[in-house]
Amino acid sequence: MAIHEKSLIRPENITSGENLVIDGIDVSGDWSTFIHSRVVSDYNEDMQDEIEALPGGEFIHRCWQCGSCTNSCTVNAENPDFNPRYWIYLIRMGMESELLRDKDIIWQCVSCNKCTSACPRDVVPEGVMKATAHWMELKGHTPKSESHIFDEIFTHQVIKYGKIEDSEVLRDHMKQTGRPLMQDWFVQMVKNMIKGLPVMQLMRMGWATVFHPKTKGWASASAAIAEHIAEEREIERKALGIAKREPDVNHLDAAE
Amino acid sequence: MTVIIDKTDLKKKYKKVGYYPGCALEGSAIPYDKSTRAIGKALGLELVDVTDWNCCGAMEVKNIDPQVETYLSSRVLSNAQHKDKMDVVMAPCNGCYKNLKQAEHELGHSEKSRDVVSKISAKAGHEAYESGNVETIHALDWIKMGYGEDELRKKIKGGLKGLKIANYYGCMYTRPRNIFPEKAPGAGGDDLIKPHYMDDLLAVAGAENVEFPLKTACCGGAHTLSDRDMSTKLVLNILEAAEAAGAEVIATECPTCHSGLEMHQIRALKRLSKKTNVKVIYFTQLLGMAMGLSPRKVGLNGNISDSRGLMKEKGII
Repeated sequence: MAIHEKSLIRPENITSGENLVIDGIDVSGDWSTFIHSRVVSDYNEDMQDEIEALPGGEFIHRCWQCGSCTNSCTVNAENPDFNPRYWIYLIRMGMESELLRDKDIIWQCVSCNKCTSACPRDVVPEGVMKATAHWMELKGHTPKSESHIFDEIFTHQVIKYGKIEDSEVLRDHMKQTGRPLMQDWFVQMVKNMIKGLPVMQLMRMGWATVFHPKTKGWASASAAIAEHIAEEREIERKALGIAKREPDVNHLDAAE
Repeated sequence: MTVIIDKTDLKKKYKKVGYYPGCALEGSAIPYDKSTRAIGKALGLELVDVTDWNCCGAMEVKNIDPQVETYLSSRVLSNAQHKDKMDVVMAPCNGCYKNLKQAEHELGHSEKSRDVVSKISAKAGHEAYESGNVETIHALDWIKMGYGEDELRKKIKGGLKGLKIANYYGCMYTRPRNIFPEKAPGAGGDDLIKPHYMDDLLAVAGAENVEFPLKTACCGGAHTLSDRDMSTKLVLNILEAAEAAGAEVIATECPTCHSGLEMHQIRALKRLSKKTNVKVIYFTQLLGMAMGLSPRKVGLNGNISDSRGLMKEKGII
């Protein structure tokens, strides 16, 4: 575990003497840092298999820990705690409790695919991040992220109509995440948009809001997709050993 | 390296192509659609809308089920091939472009994808798309390869008069690399690390391209609503880097990037009190104006980022 030692030290396990003098030598602060040993015994041996069974996680076993993903990561540059290489390591080791310490930020992957392009082993770390965030939710470790809610609303619209309508996705997302629509920046954006907007475009957008854009002859495709998703969810459910899910508000489980 | 793009007959091949606007170009990015069609018309390049197209799955459906995303994109390709008899589809939206490319790749490499697509296609009652039948290109390929810089130069009226531009390509034009074999070194397409097609076209149109280090940086578009603070930070990096490089305008070629930049430029001002003045304009709008099309024809007043003052000041419109 050599390369990961540093990140495995928990802050609460570090003791350093504030004012420590030994044999007349001042060893205060870092000089006297003491790390309490701890034993990790709660390995979850199924974790890698479970994440591998979810969409995106298929190739996690290929990882050889080079760190190209973290090195190229957009989110890591803003938040050093966001560390795909380290999380892949923890998943493969089965160190669930360590992974859970970062459970609230894993969903923040922005899918820029810099990692996937940089990865020499085609692990598709972007997919692994999505699968891991999904696993956290399915196992009940985290509530559904705003990102996942957005994905569901979007997918629901695609299945239903074949096309999406931007403003409906926006409105539904605000509603389901319980946020007011009229925030200062949003109001300013709409003001800028309306200023100078040609009447025809305004009418086109208004028309789309009332009459949702639809793909012609979509009904049979819609039913086939819903059926496929229901089958896949059943496979996932069995792989993870979890109970049948409650139908969600976006009706993605409708065919179950 | 294998040369994948044979440049010799592209002008003939791209003269008439299938056009896949996608949902964004019918909603938040109407100006991109308008300007793309306008320059196609002005250059004599014919666009045939893909019959009964559907959403490609964008960045969302894959998180629910990647195979469904592959199916959605494959249906668009199937319609282009079987209903419209097209062997090239042009998608100006980076998301659509990437997803069609991804579907092409999956269907060429994954047995499971082929099975799922043929299963759903059969139930949906249309021909399953098989990889290798339709070539997906971006609006940049369409003009650069299908029309050519030398020909384009003759069409420029007035031009961009040295307007300082930062060319912003975003994520999905070059990543993930494995779905763009034509962009591998020596393969004949654009560059994966430092793309330049937009730079080339706008240089022909009379712009001065600035050295912009964040050409392929991420704007946080996938989380533009769900992780707003992160998106605002990422967008602000891009806006500030463009200004530091001396740019007056950021040229875009992706509706998600474009609306992300516009939206978070305002949000950065409101939430972080960071003001940036750089304007955000689709490259097709810039090309159109350089060719003498009116701002109305390229939908300039449909942008949230209001660049009309700057364009007048520069004498472009």
